[in-house]
Amino acid sequence: MNIDFSTEELAFQQEVSMFLAAELPHNIRDKMANNIELTKDDYVTWQKILAKKGWAATNWPVEFGGTGWTPAQKYIFDNECATVGAPEVMAFGLKMVAPVIYSYGNDEQKARFLPDILASNVWWCQGYSEPNAGSDLASLKTTAIREGDEYVVNGTKTWTTLGQHADWIFCLVRTGAADVKNQNAISFLLIDMKTPGINLSPIYLLDGSPEVNEIHFDNVRVPVENLIGEEGKGWTYAKVLLTHERTNIAGVAGSKKRLQDLKEKAAQTSDGLSDANTMLSDNSAWQQKVAELEIELLALEYTELKTLAEVSTGKAPGPESSILKIKGTEIQQAIDMLNVELAGYYALPFVRDQFLEGFDGVAIGPDQAAGSAPAYFNNRKATIYGGSNEIQTNIICKAVLGL
Amino acid sequence: MDFSYSEEQQMLQESVGKFISQDYDWDSRQAVAKSDTGFSLEHWQLFAELGWLTIPFKESDGGFGGGAVDLIVTMEEFGKGLLVEPFLANTILAGTIISEAGSSEQKSAFLAPLMEGSLQLAFAYAEPQSRYELANVQCNAVIRGDEVVLNGHKSVVLNGAAAEKILVSVRTSGKPCDREGISLIWVDANAAGVRRECYASVDGQRAADIWFDNVSVPAVNLLGKAGDAIDVIEMTIDKAALAVCAEAVGAMQMSLSKTVEYTKIRKQFNTTLSTFQALQHRMANMFIELAQAKSILLMAAMEMDRLEGRAPKALSAAKSRIGKAARLVGEESIQIHGGIGVTDELDVGHYFKRLTAIQFSFGSTDYHTARFARS
Repeated sequence: MNIDFSTEELAFQQEVSMFLAAELPHNIRDKMANNIELTKDDYVTWQKILAKKGWAATNWPVEFGGTGWTPAQKYIFDNECATVGAPEVMAFGLKMVAPVIYSYGNDEQKARFLPDILASNVWWCQGYSEPNAGSDLASLKTTAIREGDEYVVNGTKTWTTLGQHADWIFCLVRTGAADVKNQNAISFLLIDMKTPGINLSPIYLLDGSPEVNEIHFDNVRVPVENLIGEEGKGWTYAKVLLTHERTNIAGVAGSKKRLQDLKEKAAQTSDGLSDANTMLSDNSAWQQKVAELEIELLALEYTELKTLAEVSTGKAPGPESSILKIKGTEIQQAIDMLNVELAGYYALPFVRDQFLEGFDGVAIGPDQAAGSAPAYFNNRKATIYGGSNEIQTNIICKAVLGL
Repeated sequence: MDFSYSEEQQMLQESVGKFISQDYDWDSRQAVAKSDTGFSLEHWQLFAELGWLTIPFKESDGGFGGGAVDLIVTMEEFGKGLLVEPFLANTILAGTIISEAGSSEQKSAFLAPLMEGSLQLAFAYAEPQSRYELANVQCNAVIRGDEVVLNGHKSVVLNGAAAEKILVSVRTSGKPCDREGISLIWVDANAAGVRRECYASVDGQRAADIWFDNVSVPAVNLLGKAGDAIDVIEMTIDKAALAVCAEAVGAMQMSLSKTVEYTKIRKQFNTTLSTFQALQHRMANMFIELAQAKSILLMAAMEMDRLEGRAPKALSAAKSRIGKAARLVGEESIQIHGGIGVTDELDVGHYFKRLTAIQFSFGSTDYHTARFARS
């Protein structure tokens, strides 16, 4: 047992670092540094650069175009990306639907969908939640009734992140008869967003962004070859996907970078209690909060590394991945709050245009201060999505403690 | 980067684990803890035969050459059984002082009997006013030629009752909190002027407060160069802190699993406690605390191995986080058990006591959070 990087890993770190310095477009890096929202184009541009290098699919098997990296390599890559402020890849295609397709799809489906996901030619979104199926996802009501070679889909999906950019959506739909037990009637269906009968309406979140959508399906005809695996097995596939999603949303590398930035800013910000020369970073109450958070993150980093090491031996991430989700999102939100605290009065101004591409007005407040409260508000979602933290707790109770 | 135990470490874990689960059941542990000596010499001899007492010592000193990871593997298993034998006080604390500060003559005089199980030592470093500040040494030693005269009071000396010889941190020069001027010296426990008040600690272990009143000690008993001891003392205490972190992880694991099992059999309102979500979520939270504690323990052990035992920031992160987990797991185990949890009869309360003692040993949770923030 040791945490040293091997010579090869150190060389890899060097390679990643040089690649990022050379290839991360400056306008994207600047937007990231200044809290400007990335456009669809920004994401696609960056992901295509990664794809060209062969580094887009860090979690896929090599045979489908994955990197085949060891946990240490993934760790190095994530940390290097976070350090320079490279955007994280959009999870829906590369990290969410792709593992389901390569694990449960047929050869034709793999050939049809995976290359475009890998090359970021197609933007995917997720059709899981419904207005009346949130944490109780298995109670979803969207139906897909088979008529000949087609399913006819009716229902409503919601909280569809960046669905406005999407070309395709992966959905959980009800294919079984109404009396079939909830979970055994659910199937996993891929739907082209251009199909007639699909209507999308934006939902504005607390930060004013139309980040998510409600999607209505009105007699949408989907070819049966878009069904993944078997009818009625969708829930099983979705659960696998959800464990992948959970390990992905711990966001350890990103939190490390944000905490580091926070500490640097606190060293340049007056504590507001005494003379102007006493910095927030010298305040013992602040120090204790930051130290506890750093320590929690350090523990989580090792929990994640251990989980990745297990996954690399061929195991699917187990219920322990719920810990990553719970702790990862709690830490993210604690950092969000500390950023608001750091901003002080400048947490108050809300000039939404300031965070959009092309803003040429006067930016209010010190760098990043103005974005702190909207980010805090928006990210309350983190403990709710991906199976709320209470659902994760239930999973631990059932699957780990046998309660 | 490698998270697996070596074959040797797996064997060590198995052999210590087997002893705890087969020969260290709750009733025998209690009988030993309540005996006059507070631990079993028979067990101690067995540990020696099994080679466990050689674990932290360098191969060049005749030891197993174990690092921090070997140490935590061992201590985690000991923690599961709430071991009262003085492995921590004798082997780790005193043993590390000898092996790090001792001359080759001192090492050959002390280490062999220590590893053979025939010598009991204690390390006296804390004082009533010092709390966790290791450089706050007022116990005074005046060197006069080949004689040293000691005066002062050392508090809560682990294994202080059984110890035949006591290793003492003393001030040979400078002011009470100076880092320079602190020395180490060994004193015969029965020397004239040494007074011991021996007692049991809340966790069933044994300790003593020790007073030195004009105790005359030969100057050859000094361990290492006079005035230069603080680094060795800090390194030793950090190693002990890592050891109790591992012990806490073992104890928490037992406390959690005993609690979960109890809720599956205890019935109230015509159903088992395990069906109540209010309790389920508390237990899941205990599990998460334990997982985070295990992770940060591995981090600290690997850092210590990487940095040759000198990784104070990593250690402080672990002691702080594990202290927090230990408090939660200990307290919640009692709460979930209900009334039976506060009785002396049930083992779960004794896990709670040991977990509490660990939180306030070798730097409290808050002390280590602050040390982490500063470093």
